Amino acid sequence: MHRRFLAAALVALLSLPALAQERSITIASTTSTEQSGLFGHLLPIFTRETGIAVRVVALGTGQALDVGRRGDADLVFVHDRPAEERFVAEGAGGPRLHVMFNDFVLIGPAADPAGIAGQRDTAEALRRIAAARAPFVSRGDRSGTHAAELRLWQQAGVDPVAGRGAWYREVGQGMGPALNTAAAQGAYILADRGTWLAFRNRQDLRIVVEGDARLFNQYGVMLVNPQRHLHVKVAEAQRFIDWIVAPAGQAAIAGYQINGEQLFFPNATVPEPVS
Amino acid sequence: MNDLSAAFAAAAGLLAGGDPAVLGIIGLSLRVSLSAVVIAALVGLPLGALLAVARFPGRGALIVTLNALMGLPPVVCGLLVYLLLSRSGPLGSLGLLFTPGAMIAAQAVLIAPILAALTRQVLESYWEEYAEQLRSFGAGPWRAIPTLLWDGRFALLTVLLAGFGRASAEVGAVMIVGGNIEGFTRVMTTAIALETSKGDLPLALALGMVLMAIVLGVNAAAQTLRGAATRWAG
Amino acid sequence: MRAPDTILPLTTEALGFAHGGQPILHDVSLTIEAGPPSVIIGPNGAGKSVLLRLLHGLLAPSAGRIHWSGIADPRPRQAMVFQRPVLLRRSVLANTTYPLGLAGLARGERDARARAALELVGLAALADRPARTLSVGEQQRLALGRAAALRPEILFLDEPCASLDPAATQAVEAIIAQLSAAGTKIVMTTHDLAQARRLAGEALFLHRGRLLEQSPAAQFFAHPATPEAAAFLAGALVW
Repeated sequence: MHRRFLAAALVALLSLPALAQERSITIASTTSTEQSGLFGHLLPIFTRETGIAVRVVALGTGQALDVGRRGDADLVFVHDRPAEERFVAEGAGGPRLHVMFNDFVLIGPAADPAGIAGQRDTAEALRRIAAARAPFVSRGDRSGTHAAELRLWQQAGVDPVAGRGAWYREVGQGMGPALNTAAAQGAYILADRGTWLAFRNRQDLRIVVEGDARLFNQYGVMLVNPQRHLHVKVAEAQRFIDWIVAPAGQAAIAGYQINGEQLFFPNATVPEPVS
Repeated sequence: MNDLSAAFAAAAGLLAGGDPAVLGIIGLSLRVSLSAVVIAALVGLPLGALLAVARFPGRGALIVTLNALMGLPPVVCGLLVYLLLSRSGPLGSLGLLFTPGAMIAAQAVLIAPILAALTRQVLESYWEEYAEQLRSFGAGPWRAIPTLLWDGRFALLTVLLAGFGRASAEVGAVMIVGGNIEGFTRVMTTAIALETSKGDLPLALALGMVLMAIVLGVNAAAQTLRGAATRWAG
Repeated sequence: MRAPDTILPLTTEALGFAHGGQPILHDVSLTIEAGPPSVIIGPNGAGKSVLLRLLHGLLAPSAGRIHWSGIADPRPRQAMVFQRPVLLRRSVLANTTYPLGLAGLARGERDARARAALELVGLAALADRPARTLSVGEQQRLALGRAAALRPEILFLDEPCASLDPAATQAVEAIIAQLSAAGTKIVMTTHDLAQARRLAGEALFLHRGRLLEQSPAAQFFAHPATPEAAAFLAGALVW
């Protein structure tokens, strides 16, 4: 009986490589695309059309780009344009194609201690948060959202690092955990709209600032450099890139809604606005 | 309180509903953790038995190291295996990163020291009892290893359960080396972490309850087996 | 009956043993020949068990040497049964076949020999029982049967009845007598003088780590040569 169990276990283990050999690509992407449910909507359509299975590793943009640099994914699909351009410039992959956008929203507690609800000017809102020393949760994880948040502070002329350990709280985690923290502490936080819409544990958090052009959030896609990483599945990965920027993929993106609200706006065929 | 009762309802729904996605996650959790236990046992049990019977320079240091490694944080273990299995790492050509194989490897690394250290503790007391008789039979320490492993098989079942418990409960290692890929490397613990991230706390808790129910079931089965066996072997 | 390549007689020359700087045996020179049981007697702490372990090779002497006759490897020709039987966590039969497997016997041969040995010690009906669920007396009989299955030329028994009740003792003594009659050389320790009188062909009297007497049992029990032995036989506490 012992021997039969061992044999069965070994067979189970040996079958793993076989599983890994099905036609598939690995995408390093961001928590926002995964946790907003976009991939859950998009990928089955792509797989149905092409027979290629897609495996998404959802990380912060910085980490996702690092996974691409190490050759552990076939393509990256992220949202931090300056970091993406560095990725391309250093030869880690590319070319970078823009795919879609949505926007960031500034979230805050109902009590709104900084008094910024309804504000349209993000820079002014951040200055008031800093002035009120109202709790603000930062991702602090080199993600696209974190990079965007730091740019916004810069535009506001405020160095939030001064508030570190007091009102400025860097959690070093993904969007969801950061939102959980903000909800628990009644803090302000910058979030991408997709994750916010899909987020369930809101407590009394709500959107306080939105619609500012500075809150624009662009997503781009890049093939990992196959000259550096010979195992990159160029044909299949390129197929995905071609699809996502073509009308079929763009329409699929536009078709994803939560409660009747469209989360992402395809813009591969129009020139990308410069934020 | 509301969340808790919602979680109980959701857990019951998950278990009763037979949602194929959830069943897939449960199945993968079991496959990964049980495989890791098998592999870690192939290394840890003989190593523990060797440490129980053999006296050699460095043995004490090795035992202390194993005992310390029992507390190895899963995240550190995951990072280590990640760097080994990454395409840019020494074992990158295996293409195991972000596959169940990598998760099995990481959990096996995580629990092998636990199995070895606990096996040594169990078998050392057996060896104290057996040593003189086995030497009288002409069996030295090397020959004693399979004898002790066989005679300790029911006690070692508890050791394997400890390893399984640790493996199935950890999230840090499988998250890093598996990538929590939906339908491919998502297991119970990473699914719980994901649902927590999405703020769906009742669903996360419900998944946790399902995990506990599975671990409980495995333990109960093993306990029944062990109870019967102990009555048998005395 | 005995093969010409016998390992007996066994002789020791000035055997000594110390543990942790504490001397336990001094200058023990003896000869053990084939024949009726040699019984080592003496007060507690005299070094009886240590002497048995030295002879069997479980302990290494710190002085002197042990010499086996013949050219055969003496190791597989001996067996030992301990005061408290050490039984494996297996069935009665598996306990008996285990040392036979170590000795390199083929599976079928192991089984046949083991069953014969269990027959000898009256445990054939319990062959499939887990060994550790047997009574203490049955456990000691199993240990004897397991040793006997090895067909040793010489069998060391360390206080084999020390923890047994009279009925179990009687059963064990009967087995010992039977093995001895079949040609197995028995070397045993006991603190039970009555048992020594019943079983011994010769007596070895050990006192404070020294061998004071080795003589035929009848002579020893009738006319001990040393005052220590006389006092011991008379029931005085010798120390």
